[in-house]
Amino acid sequence: MDQVAELLVLTLAAGTPLVFAALGELVTEKSGVLNLGVEGMMLVGAVTSFMVAATTGSPWLGVGAGMLAGAALSLVFAVLTLSLMANQVATGLALSLFGIGLSAFVGLGYVSIVIEGIAPLGVPGLSDLPLVGKLLFGHNPLVYLSLALFAAIRWFLYRTRPGLILRAVGENPQSAHAIGFPVVRIRYLAVMFGGACAGIGGAYLAVAYTPLWTEGMTAGRGWIALALVVFATWRPWRVLAGAYLFGGVTLATFQAQALGVTVPSQLLAMLPYLATIVVLAIISRDATAIRLNAPASLGRPFHPGL
Amino acid sequence: MPDPQRRTALFATAALTIAALAAALPAAAQPSPAAASATPFKVGYVYVSPIGDAGWTFQHDSGRKEMEKALGGKIVSKYVESVPEGADAERVIRELAQSGNQLIFTTSFGYMNPTLKVAKAFPKTHFEHATGYKTDANVATYNARFYEGRYLAGIVAGKMTKTNTTGYVAAFPIPEVVMGINAFARGMKSVNPKAEVKVIWVNSWYDPGRESEAANTLISQGADVVTHHTDSTAAVQAAEAKKVYAIGYHSDMSKYGPHAQLTAVTHQWGAYYTKAVQDAMAGKWKPGNTWGGIKEGMIRMAPFNPVVPKETQDLVNKVSGDIGAGKFHPFTGPLKDNDGKERLAAGKVITDADLSRMDYYVEGVQGKLPTK
Amino acid sequence: MRIRLEPRPEPSRLAGWLSPLIAAAATLVVGFVLFSALGKDPWQAFHVFFIKPVSTLYGVGELLLKAGPLMLCAVGLSVGYRANVWNIGAEGQLTMGAIFAGGIALAFHESTSALVLPLMIVAGAAGGMAWAAIPALLRTRFNANEILVSLMLVYVATYTLSFLVHGPWRDPEGFNFPQSTMFGDAALLPNLLPETRLNAGILLPLAAVAVGWVFVSRSLAGYQMRVAGLAPAAANYVGISAPRTVWIGMLAGGACAGIAGVNEIAGPLGQLQPTASPGYGFAAIIVAFVGRLHPVGILFASLLMSLLYLGGESAQMGLALPSAVTGLFQGALLFFLLASDVFIDYRPRFGGRRRAARR
Repeated sequence: MDQVAELLVLTLAAGTPLVFAALGELVTEKSGVLNLGVEGMMLVGAVTSFMVAATTGSPWLGVGAGMLAGAALSLVFAVLTLSLMANQVATGLALSLFGIGLSAFVGLGYVSIVIEGIAPLGVPGLSDLPLVGKLLFGHNPLVYLSLALFAAIRWFLYRTRPGLILRAVGENPQSAHAIGFPVVRIRYLAVMFGGACAGIGGAYLAVAYTPLWTEGMTAGRGWIALALVVFATWRPWRVLAGAYLFGGVTLATFQAQALGVTVPSQLLAMLPYLATIVVLAIISRDATAIRLNAPASLGRPFHPGL
Repeated sequence: MPDPQRRTALFATAALTIAALAAALPAAAQPSPAAASATPFKVGYVYVSPIGDAGWTFQHDSGRKEMEKALGGKIVSKYVESVPEGADAERVIRELAQSGNQLIFTTSFGYMNPTLKVAKAFPKTHFEHATGYKTDANVATYNARFYEGRYLAGIVAGKMTKTNTTGYVAAFPIPEVVMGINAFARGMKSVNPKAEVKVIWVNSWYDPGRESEAANTLISQGADVVTHHTDSTAAVQAAEAKKVYAIGYHSDMSKYGPHAQLTAVTHQWGAYYTKAVQDAMAGKWKPGNTWGGIKEGMIRMAPFNPVVPKETQDLVNKVSGDIGAGKFHPFTGPLKDNDGKERLAAGKVITDADLSRMDYYVEGVQGKLPTK
Repeated sequence: MRIRLEPRPEPSRLAGWLSPLIAAAATLVVGFVLFSALGKDPWQAFHVFFIKPVSTLYGVGELLLKAGPLMLCAVGLSVGYRANVWNIGAEGQLTMGAIFAGGIALAFHESTSALVLPLMIVAGAAGGMAWAAIPALLRTRFNANEILVSLMLVYVATYTLSFLVHGPWRDPEGFNFPQSTMFGDAALLPNLLPETRLNAGILLPLAAVAVGWVFVSRSLAGYQMRVAGLAPAAANYVGISAPRTVWIGMLAGGACAGIAGVNEIAGPLGQLQPTASPGYGFAAIIVAFVGRLHPVGILFASLLMSLLYLGGESAQMGLALPSAVTGLFQGALLFFLLASDVFIDYRPRFGGRRRAARR
């Protein structure tokens, strides 16, 4: 049974960077903005957090800095797409390109540094309890933070008035504007929130999960996070489940391999993407379901004067 | 979308402006080649990834620096990093040849065909391609017998494991990697017949997250010594965090796992590079096929962690001496694969050709090779 | 005082001319600061970046060789983008084209027939179209967002190619390394310019630009696509079918990307490797927008993008700048180009009276 608990702990740990990045992107997309620059924002968050952690000796300061750096980079995207009306898809891709280059560049002097990362929690007495000990008290503190973030976003989107406004903006910016909501400002905030979350996701990788910095260390997790939001049909709890599923599938194949079972790895690696397509087709087919979840104006520009 | 039709395509202006400005620069802006009176010998390197702080490319770059140091001011070397294997490699190699580099090292398998193509166009330039199998009049190949170090690592692991289970994080099931796994298993079995190694293929040379996940999975299934054939330090770091042992690969990773790393199998290219450049400068360079190991100093074990008992260290040093002296080969029969089929009769030594085609697991490795 | 943007009644021709100049100026400023900060002479750096790579015939050949796939993919994609059909999976369609064409090359490995190459091009186009047909079908039948479906399919295509070269299509003589056998001569594009790598494949993107130009400005279908993009409701009203628009947009992108895949494997690669493209399909999206979705603009944008790649390598060799700087510089230039186009359709207003519409 301890094996199972261990596996669950590992699954949560593997899914957490995706939880952060995908929840952030979910909020961005709910406001009607598609930011494909998640990979770049994660990397910039990762490198900033690592640099700050290495300089100050505090990985927590690093996480804060990574969050700010992700938000700052997303601001570039926001200015281009929301104020200057550039195309969201192209700008997002350029943002990824830029973030990958920027992170590699500023991190050049930090590749050889070893830092003391954020270690998993160890509550004396509690973490050693059989079975539940590890499961409840043995995670990395950032894993708890990601769960708190999930709860907060869920509450915000569906239980608060600002959340309702955010969704309305994503649904129909023209109407929201006509009623008098500051569409562009709301979208700015949503984009920057998404950037901040991606930054924390990157920071988690650099100062907690595998405390190190090297170029491109997110290895495509930003793109997976994008897939995840769709897979989850823009519902927070499905993002959470999906992140653990995506993380868990990899771990399950590793587990199977370690037990001596051969798995056709490439075919298996495609599965999450195929599953996402199928899910998307199914939910889109049902017009009511899609209207409930998917932001109708996703990716479309909005100018108050139009 | 605004109407794109009426946006007359005037994009060229941007490109032309930059180009015109740059072209109008004073000629003085160009680097003057006539600065040095005696033209130094130029050596070029092509790397597949960023140099970083550990791993395959880092070791090649350390070798380059060692060579530069050894040959003082007589040579100049330059490198291009992060060159993707594929269509772009040929241009980079060609540019290096074109710009006067007389000896060019291309340090990844995927550069094989591009290297050969460029070599045809530059018959006077020497090329050395790492890990490939095709040579030409001016193309040599070089590689290291990584498996010799793996065997020694296996001895250490076999002695240090308490669970009789070790773990191996591997990238792709190509012979070079398979050979290393098998040598590790044989080294381990030679001192601990009950020990077995579990292998996880992560299908990537470089993905710290996945490497760490694979190492953690192995540890959760009882492995108390893990090693890896991937490019990052993540496996060693995972072992450090989980308080088990690790054996580094490519580089000495003790910095990342001061308690975990027992030793590491390190690649040492410096002496080889120095000799190759010297030969080329003296006009003695030959297109050969170098496959060096412990004897040539291309493989070296990193300093032992003090927790490794003296007797184990002595044993490793003795076997290492035997391998170096040619008295012992890690793949000496009887050699059985893990289905029990005999691959090599007792007393026979495996040929290099068979080694480089290895597509089976030996006894002591769990599971099946994925591509079979 | 705040700056506001006001839509122009008519797109500004002047801004159309000025915007690339603004982008160029901004790039030069950023480059100046960046290179100076790195202790390099900025003028020399610009020279190494933008002039040196194309100062030889070989360099020009490389510029065209690398611009080719970008141009093909971008022209194909722009057909859909003009009609608001967002195919961002050209990378996957390119890979599928390479797989289909590679299958032909391997099947007819011994053949010396002149038909092998045309067959490969047809197969490549078919492969790309087949891959693009999936998002088209899901969009028209199930209303599934084509941006996301086409993006997901990129991964599926990449893993399929990886699976093939690691498994069934692996060169039996290749020591288990993941790559196919080298193609026979009949499956390779003939060289166009001696002393360079430029091959006949460049004719295809140039042809695509020409066809794209005719389609955009002279054909009824092109006009209908444009109307569909600008005013979907009006398009419906005058009888332009939305599904048809989606199908044309997706298939054009898929066919072009598939052919780009053929160009890569039958050109510089000469075999199948685990990856067929260093990200051409994604870079082409940026190229399409920088070229303002117009075939002629795309022609120049792809040349610039290609030059940026070559310049990055050149900067590593000539200035010992790390490859990271290149990505940074490229990203900055693209941002400026994307941003400066705003002045074509909007004019800045400084302070002044507040309009009824609140921001």
